[in-house]
Amino acid sequence: MSVEVRHIHKTFGAVHANDDISLTFADGRIYGILGENGAGKSTLMKILSGFYLADSGQILIDGRLVHYDTPRGAIEVGIGMLAQDPLDVGPLTVLENFVYGQPVGPLPDWQAARRRFAELAERLGFRLEPDMPVERLSIGQRQELEIIRLLALGVRVLILDEPTTGISAEQKSVLFASLQRLAREDGLTILFVSHKLEDVLELCDEVAVLRLGRLVGTAVMPVTTGELVAMMFGQALAPPSRRAATPGDTVLEVQDLFMASERVVMRDCQVCVRAGEVVGLAGLDGSGQQLLTRACVGLARPLGGRVLINGVDMTGRPYRDFLAAGVSFGAAGRLEEGLVAGLTLAEHFILTDAGQGWWIDRERGRQIAEERIAHYRIMGRPDSPIETLSGGNQQRVLMALIPPAPRLLVLEHPTRGLDVESARWIWEQILARCAAGTAVMFTSADLDELVTYSDRILVFYAGQVTEVPDARSVTVDELGHLIGGQRVGEEAGR
Amino acid sequence: MDSELARVLGSVVANATPLVIASLGETITERVGVINLSLDGSLQLAAMVAFVTAYASGNAMLGLAAGLIAGLLVALLILFSNIALRQDQVAVGFVLTLLAADLAQFLGQNYTRIPGPTFPTIPIPLLRDIPFLGTVFFNHNALVYFSFILLAATWFVMYRTRWGLALRAVGERPAAAFARGTNVTRTRYLYTAIGGALVGVAGASYSLAIKAGWANPAVMRGDGWIALAIVIFGGWHPLRVAFGAYLFTGLRALASTIQQTTEFPLVLVNAVPWVLMILTLLLVSSGLVERLMLLSPPWAQRLLRNFLRSAPPVALGTQFTRE
Repeated sequence: MSVEVRHIHKTFGAVHANDDISLTFADGRIYGILGENGAGKSTLMKILSGFYLADSGQILIDGRLVHYDTPRGAIEVGIGMLAQDPLDVGPLTVLENFVYGQPVGPLPDWQAARRRFAELAERLGFRLEPDMPVERLSIGQRQELEIIRLLALGVRVLILDEPTTGISAEQKSVLFASLQRLAREDGLTILFVSHKLEDVLELCDEVAVLRLGRLVGTAVMPVTTGELVAMMFGQALAPPSRRAATPGDTVLEVQDLFMASERVVMRDCQVCVRAGEVVGLAGLDGSGQQLLTRACVGLARPLGGRVLINGVDMTGRPYRDFLAAGVSFGAAGRLEEGLVAGLTLAEHFILTDAGQGWWIDRERGRQIAEERIAHYRIMGRPDSPIETLSGGNQQRVLMALIPPAPRLLVLEHPTRGLDVESARWIWEQILARCAAGTAVMFTSADLDELVTYSDRILVFYAGQVTEVPDARSVTVDELGHLIGGQRVGEEAGR
Repeated sequence: MDSELARVLGSVVANATPLVIASLGETITERVGVINLSLDGSLQLAAMVAFVTAYASGNAMLGLAAGLIAGLLVALLILFSNIALRQDQVAVGFVLTLLAADLAQFLGQNYTRIPGPTFPTIPIPLLRDIPFLGTVFFNHNALVYFSFILLAATWFVMYRTRWGLALRAVGERPAAAFARGTNVTRTRYLYTAIGGALVGVAGASYSLAIKAGWANPAVMRGDGWIALAIVIFGGWHPLRVAFGAYLFTGLRALASTIQQTTEFPLVLVNAVPWVLMILTLLLVSSGLVERLMLLSPPWAQRLLRNFLRSAPPVALGTQFTRE
């Protein structure tokens, strides 16, 4: 089934999210939709899948004009989207999620549905337990469930929005294999939205690049990374240069750490981070990295072992003692933990930097805010509520709240969801502090980021820690296999 | 011919009926993501309206219908102010609790302590003659039988039908329900109306069956809050919620027996059901049950999972707006 969009326009307030976009997608092919954050790719896909209604423009399927303004309507014409966070219902089982939304009578035939589900899963090479509640599945498994569900609904155009965020290398190869089979054998049209160039290069037949709401170009593979980057940003970007590591004294030392969460038990974890060093923590979400970061900043109490900052045993001490010892922390949940929704930019700076007296010194807060906004190039005003800022700008505010030269900087997913340029800027800031002698420890799901910026990488797998002593000697592929549970030196033959 | 125990249990089943119906109604409402906090007031209002209507018309069925409508209207008022007027469900519900209770007192003041029509006891032929069980379950008025059917139907619809999938999905993740073609607003109105109507029926069953007449709402005062607590105790699962309602009524009966037969201080005895309720709530919400479940074999986990889950519907009390 071929899809054509003609002259699509969509505005949100003053933002022209889609500006006269026209594209054609043929059946049996996989298209990469590329663009940085805010380029308008998600908007276009949400229009195609019925979540938004375009202000103007047309959608044609096999040359026939179609109209719809709900996801249900999109499904009826054969277009289905797998959202970045799959739109499933956590407490319902896999089978219930599969059946819900299918055209069944009031009393679904559960046995028939079970058989049909097993059939589709088998064909795509997905292994899913039908009676498992969806909230116990990984993101990768939930994506598989959604794909099966959409196919059962007779979808001929499958849109995937950033599907490779948060899934393992293993799951990614299963996903890519199944997408290729769906395109080649079943003739589905697949639109693959991503900001990860290497995924697009690996999977897609053609690419369309959006920038600032406009279509800037299309290309048929093979294309080089450099050409794509140039299309996305108007120029080629080089990562900030890494200085040679000359580590100083040990800042953070973790001895025999023993911690447990609902999902993982971590024993005998040893970590040491020295001044001026960047240590990356790799691993699937919930493999133990977060237990370590939280223990190192005093937000979680270890069951055993010791945490030493500058040689002082800080185990079990409260967070404020860690702050006083020069530890800074940037949490994974930007709005949930890092910032306070409802407070303005100026109020954030008052809270961290001008909160000594009894009364709020608004004037000084405004001054600090203006300085920092200029210095950190934040798109916002001192009186902007923090939640109105974009993700990239929120992350900039988080960086602006961190003191200029902490002893230890612990960051969780510092660039998650940011486009290449913002991510690069954030790293400039981190590396500048590092050069001034700060010890840095960060978690990330982006393997490129880990390999590019770390001196050493600690790979977490089910609570076990494997160290990669020289991050420059490891490739993204090798790191992917380590995260999936293979050991260093083990044959990567699969 | 009936044993003493059977008669006691039979009266527990009868007395628990309003609590069972009200807490099942609230379960349905909360599972779809709406919290009807007004229970304590709407129960009284429905009881009063039901009695006055039955008294004026001489027809208990008409009274029941009037009570049902009263409960339904209060519930719809909460959802309407939430969806159309963007007000907080809890705030509106709380105000309506007070308003409905006072309205019941005020409008019903001329109808207190007078006899009116009631639902008669209808022993079910054959079933009534089963020893023990017949006395416990099959020698009651129509509203008690209704509560049995309601319990089975609620469970069946919720867990076995397409409608139940939509109901649960709307309360857990409205965005996902919308993506699958469910009309979130309409579904919420529908099940809030059903839940509210059931609260109305529960109110009517006080004044038309359990404690016939509109005398002193003290009989039921507090029961609305108890029903709300029972929904939490029951982990939003209809069978467990009904079990909670029977358990609480049983404890209450036990307390009044102790009070009649011993010298035990009255005040302490009256507090027993509440204390036990708090303890069980603590037990249920501490995650202990979940942990116990993890220790059981997989097949048992599968059976128990739905039943022992105690997390509230994720979208409870929230508004849904399309992107």
